[in-house]
Amino acid sequence: MDIVTYDGSMEGLLSAVFEVYEYKIPDPVICVRSAANGSLFGQFHEVHSNTEKTNRVYKKLSERLSKTSMLQVYSTFLSGLPGMENILLRYIQYVLASKQSVEYDYSHPDVLFVQQTSKKVHREKHRMEAFIRFQVTQDQLYYAIIQPDFNVLPLINNHFRKRYADQRWLIYDSHRKYGLYYDLETVTEIEMNFDIDVKHTKSVATLNDTNEELYQKLWQQYFSSVNIAARKNMKLHIQHMPKRYWRFLTEKQVQFNEEF
Amino acid sequence: MSDRILEKLSILADAAKYDVSCSSSGSNRKNDNKGLGNTGNGICHAYTEDGRCVSLLKILLTNVCIFDCAYCVSRKSNDIKRAGFTVQEVVDLTINFYRRNYIEGLFLSSGIFKDADYTMERLVLVAKKLRTEHKFNGYIHLKTIPGASEEIINEAALWADRLSINVEMPTEKSLALLAPDKKRSDMLRPMEYLKTAIIANREEKKLFKKAPMFAPAGQSTQMVIGATPETDLEILYLANGFYKKMNMRRVYYSGYVPISNDNRLPAIGTPVPMIRENRLYQADWLLRFYDFKVQEIVDAENPLLDTDIDPKLSWALRNLHLFPVDVNTADYKLLMRVPGIGVQSAKKIYAARKFRRLNSEHLKKIGISFRTAKYFLSINTEFERKDLLPGQIKQLILTEGNSKYKANFSPQIKLF
Ligand code: SF4
Repeated sequence: MDIVTYDGSMEGLLSAVFEVYEYKIPDPVICVRSAANGSLFGQFHEVHSNTEKTNRVYKKLSERLSKTSMLQVYSTFLSGLPGMENILLRYIQYVLASKQSVEYDYSHPDVLFVQQTSKKVHREKHRMEAFIRFQVTQDQLYYAIIQPDFNVLPLINNHFRKRYADQRWLIYDSHRKYGLYYDLETVTEIEMNFDIDVKHTKSVATLNDTNEELYQKLWQQYFSSVNIAARKNMKLHIQHMPKRYWRFLTEKQVQFNEEF
Repeated sequence: MSDRILEKLSILADAAKYDVSCSSSGSNRKNDNKGLGNTGNGICHAYTEDGRCVSLLKILLTNVCIFDCAYCVSRKSNDIKRAGFTVQEVVDLTINFYRRNYIEGLFLSSGIFKDADYTMERLVLVAKKLRTEHKFNGYIHLKTIPGASEEIINEAALWADRLSINVEMPTEKSLALLAPDKKRSDMLRPMEYLKTAIIANREEKKLFKKAPMFAPAGQSTQMVIGATPETDLEILYLANGFYKKMNMRRVYYSGYVPISNDNRLPAIGTPVPMIRENRLYQADWLLRFYDFKVQEIVDAENPLLDTDIDPKLSWALRNLHLFPVDVNTADYKLLMRVPGIGVQSAKKIYAARKFRRLNSEHLKKIGISFRTAKYFLSINTEFERKDLLPGQIKQLILTEGNSKYKANFSPQIKLF
């Protein structure tokens, strides 16, 4: 068994795939460098991100895969699930080894895994597009804090840039400690340590625009008014809006404070 | 000031919530003027505690109404608090909610004050202001007021994504009984007008890309279910007619929520017919996406949908002679009709079986509901049904505890 380490980026992973071919590594286990430290067994093979190697794998793959499947590969990577590197490696090996297209071979375990994982990641992306709630600061910055299950910021960028083209916004992933900032022209990825106590999002409320509280109240009012008590179905409610998202939902802050 | 607006919002959202439509899809408005918002597949930004999608700010401009429809909380004779928004207030609420990512857009309806045209003009004004003054490209759904003139309806379609006019009752007779001020022809005429105008616009758009958008998300309608004695047969035939003849994008079924002591209506406390409503939506789904004909779902011998199983399973049990279907060879359209296999799984099976013969393990992994499907499929040489009768299969599926048939709609749910 050879342990192949990479830097944790998509480029790094594709470079690692390249080197598995290049050095004909027979039994590779790909993992992120920081996670591999301390592993006592096997041989180490350290891969450094290399644009040329990345591009060559990328090009080969895109000749064989549809755009949808390419995005599925990327989404599977963003899932960060343990072991996804090796599944992606096997998937790529299978795709490159087959003469015909195998991307719809759903009875193959790796193909199915990539399809199903990307579906999960996509659902989380969709949830973020739905559940992000901006608050407005005095200088008209719309900001939101999120803690998605997967690293979906790269996937939601486009949606928010297109939709909110005329307002400055910041979406911050407080688990992964980075965010996206849109300055009315472009979106930039920014790393920061925005150490707020997310249980008390109120602590940053002092920065807020004077109207912010009113609109939050109006939204809470709206949310409770549209409910039809005679049709109450909490099971369905929670299925659609799992509790782990509630702490960031403006409309849930009323009940939230009571429960904790 | 802020208390007053909060109160208005609570009254006018409360009065609008019985309109069940909340769709914000079907339009494709791009944000290419560097303005605010766009439309796409439609996002549910929240779900109410009754599990319904909240996608739009759905409010009435006012709940003052000169009509007296028995099933409606805003009816003239009802002793309730009345309120009204100004055009500007609705505009501000929409923009501020939208910017915070609370909503996909606005669904604006209204009680009828003064007359139909006067009311409709106000609704159109809100839409126009949003589009022109705020460069708003989010979703706008306007209610068409029955009896409004073609001129105003036409203008509404230029600003809105979707227009709807509710047929309210499945039959003319029920409408006459419960909404004496309304005539069915006042609803059908604008529908007909819009249908023709929309078709003309789509033709024009093919020739000139720059032709204006005209209700890009088409029109929809709604009927109240369970307030009157119509059968599912009557309801679904009417819905089918709307889809086929009026190019309706959606028909909504709103289980009647008892709100009145009027003896023409079910008494307060009568349960909302939620299971029936759900079955109607499933049947509607079969009409729109599964290529079912309405007479395959309900007919003179089966005028009511089964409440304990879904309409696709009902259909399959009535048509056992068409089964089993061979997973590895069956036509895609037939695969889709197998209970337990949805459109997505049918697609996957169709794609996957080109690589190897599929067995039951593959099917389970692909994600079909195998417990239901196994009675209708032959997989290589396996076939589960043996000599079971329709009733026995139904019983087996129900008792095998397939949560789908119990969970969300069982009466127990009312307990918490
Ligand atoms: S016209 Fe509309 S608002 Fe007025 S009572 Fe009838 S249904 Fe209600």
